[in-house]
Amino acid sequence: MKPIYVDNNATTRVADEVFAAMRPYFCEEYGNPSSMHSVGGRIGPKLREARRQVADFLGARPDEIIFTSCGTESDNTAVRAALATNPDKRHIVTSRVEHPAIGSLVSSLTREGYRVTEVPVDSNGCLDMIKLESSLTPDTALVTIMWANNETGVIFPVEKIAEKCRARGITFHTDAVQAAGKLPIDLSGNRIDMLSISGHKLHAPKGVGALYVRKGTKFSPFMIGGHQEKGRRAGTENVPGIIALGQACELAGRRLEEENTRVRALRDRLESELTRLIPDTRVNGTTKERTPNTTNISFANIEGESILLMLNEFGICASSGSACTSGSLEPSHVMRAMGVPFTMAHGSIRFSLSVYNTEEEIDEIIRRLPPIIERLRQLSPFC
Amino acid sequence: MWEYTDKVKEHFLNPRNVGEIENPDGIGDVGSLSCGDALRLTFRVDENDIITDAKVKTFGCASAIAAGSALTEMMIGKSVDEAAKITNQQIADYLGGLPKEKMHCSVMGHEALEKAIAYYRGTPIEEKEGNVICECFGVTDLEIIKAIRENRLTTVEEVTNFTKAGGGCERCHGDIAKLILETQNQPLPEDKPKLTNIQKLKLIEETIEREIRPSLQLDGGDVELIDVIGNRVLVATRGACSSCKSAPITLKNLVEAKLREFVTPDLVVEEASK
Repeated sequence: MKPIYVDNNATTRVADEVFAAMRPYFCEEYGNPSSMHSVGGRIGPKLREARRQVADFLGARPDEIIFTSCGTESDNTAVRAALATNPDKRHIVTSRVEHPAIGSLVSSLTREGYRVTEVPVDSNGCLDMIKLESSLTPDTALVTIMWANNETGVIFPVEKIAEKCRARGITFHTDAVQAAGKLPIDLSGNRIDMLSISGHKLHAPKGVGALYVRKGTKFSPFMIGGHQEKGRRAGTENVPGIIALGQACELAGRRLEEENTRVRALRDRLESELTRLIPDTRVNGTTKERTPNTTNISFANIEGESILLMLNEFGICASSGSACTSGSLEPSHVMRAMGVPFTMAHGSIRFSLSVYNTEEEIDEIIRRLPPIIERLRQLSPFC
Repeated sequence: MWEYTDKVKEHFLNPRNVGEIENPDGIGDVGSLSCGDALRLTFRVDENDIITDAKVKTFGCASAIAAGSALTEMMIGKSVDEAAKITNQQIADYLGGLPKEKMHCSVMGHEALEKAIAYYRGTPIEEKEGNVICECFGVTDLEIIKAIRENRLTTVEEVTNFTKAGGGCERCHGDIAKLILETQNQPLPEDKPKLTNIQKLKLIEETIEREIRPSLQLDGGDVELIDVIGNRVLVATRGACSSCKSAPITLKNLVEAKLREFVTPDLVVEEASK
């Protein structure tokens, strides 16, 4: 059974074109770009090419791109750099619904003496802009707000926030891991200082990411060692990964329109059909400002893990913000921050599509899910 | 993804005895929607006190549904007295084991069984007696102590896996740790097999080496075993410990606590006279 993979916010398949591009760099072109011989020397131009591809995709300049090992490393680097270069300031502003790469990091920083303001979201998952603005102080070193939420797809107005930060001389970073490839990003036209992306969320392999640092932004490296990445990120370059990321960014730029037309239509059909066919559902997060590939639907009075495992029996791969899938016991921090009622919070399912999904796959999910929900509700003492 | 046994998967996909018996002889409700899992057990008995039918309705993850299903299979055909002896560990074993993070599902099944039998016998268990320790999931000290005893739990994480207590805001972790220590220090109803003097001495030495010395050495201190007389353990402090004012506290809170945990609960640690 070929799986129906609708968990692309967790990770994506590597695109054929991307795999083909990186493949020679394992057994044939395995050189170290720092070496003084032609095996290594042939690599440098390829890295330059990849850096240009990533920069073009983001509307940036090649020297503003630092390659990293993942989105989490990019986020950690950005936060640490902002704090290290603003040593007199001890305040960080973020949102209550960040990915743990930011959320856990900033809460650990409270133990190093930093004050953290977590800006709340409303029941639609939208950021409280008034609270955000009023929380900015002369002591604020950094504002870090995700561009799009991984669980709901809700988009935050980061370009507007970046303007407000710039006006106050505050560094602004955004985790754009879920936005890249789904929304147009043009850093030449906004005031974002730093931006993180991750390879494996846009059809490159796991183990590679990038951090954009605007020219003129003060920076301090996180990884210390060799002179790679102009001293901004030490460690021998992940050559195949970087080449893959470059290729994936170019591909994502070309596919952006398809994401926002065909994929969006698939998502909209899945969402409207499921909520039409199944009683007592709720779409979590606003449907207005949302990434085109994501829908997060709660089914009242049943538990998410059960739904996922029954979907899995039909080869359908989705994910859940419910507690029992993660080993923690409470629904995800995103569901809680939105105040999703507890009858709904335990039974949330996230479908995240990609350009590889087809009409037939969406039909199959629409066919399979309603009887699963009905069956689990028959088991539930609350129905 | 959880590594569920085939038996868990099978019971989850084909749960037995789903539903609710009308006018049941026994009924037990546990959990709630806000907790993320809940279970309603009903059963019927014949004139000889044999359980002839049991039905269950479960809201929760795969292992909760499987535990409810397994429980009904285990109780049908047993007398009420026999069924009352089923433990949460037996429910887990019946399913070929549960991931440790999911043990609370078997505990929930067991609680429903206890409540249903109490209802049948006309001695309903009072709701939520004891003091609530975990406010996120409404778990009381009595429930936590019971789980610690019955399953010989030694860490906060294990208590969370078995009872859910401490799985939310984590503010009660200190209280749970205290309950673990207190429960361990009380003599267990059925004690561990008695150690011979040589075994005891060896276990004390090993525990000092493995559990105690590394953390003392982090602060530049050390401890040396001088003698064991009955249950009195004589030690000498070394390095930074020997001049440290809080050494007596360390002896009590670390050395004695660890030796009681790993060797036997009736040990007393004393500093050998210098």
